[in-house]
Amino acid sequence: MTTDCHISIAGLTKRFGTNTVLNDINLNLTPGERVAIIGPSGTGKSTLLRCLNFLDRPDAARITIGDLSVDAASATRAEILALRRRTGFVFQNYALFANKTARQNITEGLVTVRGWSRSKADARADEVLASIGLTDKADSYPAALSGGQQQRIGIGRAMALDGDLLLFDEPTSALDPEWVGEVLDLIRQIADGRQTMLIVTHEMQFAREIADRVVFMEGGRIVEQGPPAQIFDAPEDERTRAFLRRVTAGNGNAEG
Amino acid sequence: MRGLDLDYMAGLVPVILGYVPKTMAMASVAMVLALLLAALLAIVRVLKLPVIDQFVAVFISFFRGTPLLVQLFLFYYGLPQLMPTLSKIDGVTAAIIGLTLHFSAYMAESIRAAILGVDRSQWEAAESIGMTRAQMLRRIILPQAARIAAPTLMNYYIDVIKSTSLAFTLGVTEMMGAAQKEAAGSFLYLEAFLVVAVIYWLLVEALSFVQRALERNMQKAFAR
Repeated sequence: MTTDCHISIAGLTKRFGTNTVLNDINLNLTPGERVAIIGPSGTGKSTLLRCLNFLDRPDAARITIGDLSVDAASATRAEILALRRRTGFVFQNYALFANKTARQNITEGLVTVRGWSRSKADARADEVLASIGLTDKADSYPAALSGGQQQRIGIGRAMALDGDLLLFDEPTSALDPEWVGEVLDLIRQIADGRQTMLIVTHEMQFAREIADRVVFMEGGRIVEQGPPAQIFDAPEDERTRAFLRRVTAGNGNAEG
Repeated sequence: MRGLDLDYMAGLVPVILGYVPKTMAMASVAMVLALLLAALLAIVRVLKLPVIDQFVAVFISFFRGTPLLVQLFLFYYGLPQLMPTLSKIDGVTAAIIGLTLHFSAYMAESIRAAILGVDRSQWEAAESIGMTRAQMLRRIILPQAARIAAPTLMNYYIDVIKSTSLAFTLGVTEMMGAAQKEAAGSFLYLEAFLVVAVIYWLLVEALSFVQRALERNMQKAFAR
């Protein structure tokens, strides 16, 4: 779906103890923009996503989604909830509710958080299940699903809430290779709907295909950003070039 | 040495069995109240609510650190000295309150451990969809913690049932109190206490059977 919601991240800094993991990150997304974040492991990419909905609380930041603007220094519990309710988050390890079926995982936020009626939420869940191709697994518990199926439900759960921004934290990194394709296909399908999204990924080919803009991060800072063709084919910064050489020398996996 | 008076024992069985409902009622009321209180205490501890957390820590420490019998005497015989209205409390009520407080302290620790045993990702997923802490606990965390804590809590229930026998020291006539009275009249202590011991034992065995069946059933769920 298309939103007309501008998103801005300003001056985001996060420290763990004396270690500064994110250093003054500034990033804006226009409505419908799909942005991929790439970079070496341990460089703060996942922490950046987790700071955006306060799974990790930033030490400093102003995060703006449309008319909602939250300052990390003074953020109240209500503001944090409001921010979370306008973002969807897809976890690396799926993190489905273990005590809920696939359908209940999708309806949980609609019923408990949004206050929808059970029947309205079930109808929405059935739509989502159909679009992620898991109608027949509606009543299965996560423990009975494959990794790929679990991650598709995880994406469905985030989609169902119709947030202004979808955050994907390395959505295929924990998957067995055989399930990566189906999950990437689903994300591609969502990207085609011009959903505003920020995706941290190690899948370079995928980032090139779906992203309007690629952001390269290293050492807690944004080093370089631009259209995929520019970043992948004509990177300006030596650090970007070195990273891409390492990645393409291997099998597309950027670990290391 | 003379043999056991089997006829006397056979006659005593229905008498003691007649008190099983009273024992079970006391134990069950205490168990339900203790569970509710324990869940609250555990939540306070897990969320580390300022100030209350310190009180709860002391509460748990006291009720785990002193014998149940001492606690019962303190409530029933000791406290009315401070608050004369308490002297109107009957032995059954005092025993239920004592059992509730005592076992809530133990069960709070089990429930706390069970809550901490729920995977971190479950909290994060609940946070990510914008749930409040109360919603997270009620909808996601406690149902999963209950599953983890269930076997231990069932053991505590068995413990509560056996501990109701201490109520006889507060003048309550339950299974143990009845046996004591019978023995005092007949001087057949061995027979009377043997009968009551076997009945407790069978009661607990029956519950253990139910417990094992429940646990098998719980392992099946969530894996449909």
